[in-house]
Amino acid sequence: MADAVAERAYEPVIGLEIHVQLKTRTKMFCGCELSFGEDPNTRTCPVCLGHPGTLPVTNAEAVHFALMIGMALECELAPRSIFHRKNYFYPDLPKGYQISQYDVPLASGGRLGEIRIHRVHLEEDAAKLVHAGTSGRIHSAEASVVDFNRGGTPLVEIVTEPDVRSAAQAKEWLELLQATLRRLEVSDVRMEEGSLRCDANVSIRPAGEASLGTKTELKNMNSFRFLERGVNAEITRQEEIVRSGGEVVQETLHYDPATGVLSPLRSKEEAHDYRYLPEPDLVPLAPTEEMLARARAALPELPAGRAERLERELALPPDVAKLLAFRTELGDFYEATVSAGGPEGDPRAIANWVTGELLARLGDADPDPAQSKVEPASLAALVAMVREGAVAHSAAKEVLDTLVAEGGDPREIVESKGLARAGGDELVEVVERAMAAQADAVEKIRAGNDKAMGAIIGAVMRETKGRADGGEVQRLVRERLGDQPG
Amino acid sequence: MSQAVLELSAAQAAAQIRGGELAAEELFRVYRDRAAAEELGAFLWVAEEVPDAPADGPLQGVPVAVKDLFCVGDVPSAAGSRILEGYRPPYTATAVERLLLAGATVLGKTNMDEFAMGSSNENSGFGPVRNPWDETKVPGGSSGGSAAAVAAGLAPWAIGTDTGGSIRQPASLCGIVGMKPTYGAVSRYGMIAFASSLDQAGPLTRDVTDCALLLSHMVGADPCDCTSTGLPEDIRLPVAERLDGLRFGVPPELTGAGVDPGVKVVFDATVERIEQLGGSVEPVALPHAGHAIAAYYVIAPAEASANLARYDGVRFGPRAGHTDLLSLYEETREEGFGTEVKRRIMLGTYALSSGYYEAYYGRAQRVRTKIADDFRAAFERVDLIVTPTSPTVAFGLGERTEDPLAMYLSDALTVPMPLAGLPAISIPTGMSDGLPVGFQIAGPAFSENRILEAAHAIERAVGFDGAPPRG
Repeated sequence: MADAVAERAYEPVIGLEIHVQLKTRTKMFCGCELSFGEDPNTRTCPVCLGHPGTLPVTNAEAVHFALMIGMALECELAPRSIFHRKNYFYPDLPKGYQISQYDVPLASGGRLGEIRIHRVHLEEDAAKLVHAGTSGRIHSAEASVVDFNRGGTPLVEIVTEPDVRSAAQAKEWLELLQATLRRLEVSDVRMEEGSLRCDANVSIRPAGEASLGTKTELKNMNSFRFLERGVNAEITRQEEIVRSGGEVVQETLHYDPATGVLSPLRSKEEAHDYRYLPEPDLVPLAPTEEMLARARAALPELPAGRAERLERELALPPDVAKLLAFRTELGDFYEATVSAGGPEGDPRAIANWVTGELLARLGDADPDPAQSKVEPASLAALVAMVREGAVAHSAAKEVLDTLVAEGGDPREIVESKGLARAGGDELVEVVERAMAAQADAVEKIRAGNDKAMGAIIGAVMRETKGRADGGEVQRLVRERLGDQPG
Repeated sequence: MSQAVLELSAAQAAAQIRGGELAAEELFRVYRDRAAAEELGAFLWVAEEVPDAPADGPLQGVPVAVKDLFCVGDVPSAAGSRILEGYRPPYTATAVERLLLAGATVLGKTNMDEFAMGSSNENSGFGPVRNPWDETKVPGGSSGGSAAAVAAGLAPWAIGTDTGGSIRQPASLCGIVGMKPTYGAVSRYGMIAFASSLDQAGPLTRDVTDCALLLSHMVGADPCDCTSTGLPEDIRLPVAERLDGLRFGVPPELTGAGVDPGVKVVFDATVERIEQLGGSVEPVALPHAGHAIAAYYVIAPAEASANLARYDGVRFGPRAGHTDLLSLYEETREEGFGTEVKRRIMLGTYALSSGYYEAYYGRAQRVRTKIADDFRAAFERVDLIVTPTSPTVAFGLGERTEDPLAMYLSDALTVPMPLAGLPAISIPTGMSDGLPVGFQIAGPAFSENRILEAAHAIERAVGFDGAPPRG
């Protein structure tokens, strides 16, 4: 029996809670501009500092963004959602309560990809505490200071149903959510900067069972990598507990990415009765038909739909379609290049050039090719020249170097740099010279060692400065060895 | 000269200043000197200088006493609490800002029950206020300082706030006029919050005309307060001398048990006067009004427990306890808040706690809805509802401080209206035991002009000679 427990396969059940900082011009409930690394406490006013007598006023742009998110996640939008006060004492919370939504959220019951969305609501961000001392946590800090610049930044909280079944799936889905939100242009969605934050509720159950096990909540996973690692670590921890006959305790765990250690938050930090109270200072949030129409009109094509369309209409492989769909600017540049290429263009070849050679030349983590000097029409022309054999692949890469650095017309670059494909008598001469110079390589080829062909091709490329086509060189070599052209 | 100035109503003083018969500086100095020298405890702060050029407007140069609950830029504004001692806000409340724009000047800040929690002004963190009619009596609360200042001629008029009766009850106990407008008529921005869904600012004045004039410059929707609506029509200066065609309702629930006989005599006489003026009077039922105090003392403390969480010693006000975060919170709040405030924070915290919310807060909100429904039904039959403002005349200092429930019952007749968001005025209509008795007139939402007209007619007919002995 004990063996059966030890051998049993377990299935993780994971739900995600995501906080997204909206990139509105001003804060959620006051007129302060959002802060991007300004000096501490320079983006504050009596309202976001919680001065006596001040009142919140809901930011219309934040509501607009939240409605767009609700629509993009295929949620049902509440005709009349309510703000609540979530009460707790902490120095990063100037009013002693956070204005959030509780029993009637702005949106609920949606879906993104294979994961169902439980709810989407609006709230305000807390200020930032900085603890002096060794631990970086308030309990053993020598002193703590508060920067209220972040306090009151609009947040959207997105809660999924427990539909995620692995850490890898959690990471992959969060990437889809990030791409979707980025496409909506409602947030910077940078995990390392805190504009996208993810907590995970994790439990395990014997594979195939429908009931849910006791869950734990993981916090502080501030990158995709840490999310995957943290969730995996927690799954392993829970499996070890259950396999050794123990029981998982419901608790909130702090993931330390440096050590990989999961440690429980002190009970004082989590044992809250938030005493939710309908916010008497705000009226219910009832989107008008105009607001809904405006949000609907602002919805662009979303990454999941775009990937599907690129696969279907342009026959791109799934991973390439996903890359182009998830990176809006890259995808836009790609589609502009395809349409510049006209009906003769080869969308798959163009996709390879954009996601391969071009991306590699743009550097930077998430570049926008439209900001570089390459015009979609130039790249389309270059790819066409390669296909027509006017320029060899390797020489074309050199042309692309010039396009990225200086821009221009690829035909003129080929012309002025003498990069037209080497062919005819010129190429025959070079090939024959190379074969003569490398008799041993020729012998190996003759003996059936195809790898030796590389030496000949290399020599030809050196001689022609890359203008030759590798396939053409091979054909000429075999022709000279009396083989059938292949 | 100064005696003649004191006899002027605020509206008369405003007219004289605009007519060039009276200098604004003169008016200000007369009141400033009186306010600075007063011994009732009505003022917590008095302006030292004659303000520079007031705005050109209908109230030009008329000083106003402002309850300490209102934030006034760079002027001490502590809501009567030690926890805000020395706090000078970086901004000014919208209601005050509007008065300044109309030409009024701030004379001083008036004493009050701490965070407006009280009915006698004895809960002030800065000492009690004495009733100018009898200095052994309380002035009522929480706007006790404003009411006493107006009654004693220390200010031409004043503004206060009313959550469960905090304008009307002290106006009644001090023999002056006080009005709580419809919820939303006046912006709450800059009013230090007690119970957000109930708090409303309003005037405390010597007569009904002053009340209308002052209120007319306070009302208006404010983009900084999304619960503010303003009024659908401007406040007019009342002119009525008759009540022909107006139907008055007398609710037995608010005029019977608990009302002192002396108060009842004055009330009945005033009702008779209404009939003489052509108004009709009939009984009207408010079946749930008897539960108003219970509902109020759940809802108001619940909201207060959240509203007062910001007084934590972190950003403003005095701070105590430096060893760790918890001691900072605990000692700052232990030292800063008075007993009644702590009691209500505890009540409110309990009422909102997980597992108790429905039984307390949820049920109180349902009672509140019933009370509003009662009024709605009543106002289908009558135009206005009248009651005594307070069950008793001013009581003795210290008399009820040991018995919170007795103190809470001082508001029994004024609490139902704010629970329903309705406007109501208190005007003095007689004396009992040598102390003034207030008469309350309530109307449907946004019926301020109707209430003011009726109050004006009754005021004229009663001819209340409204001044305590003046020092």
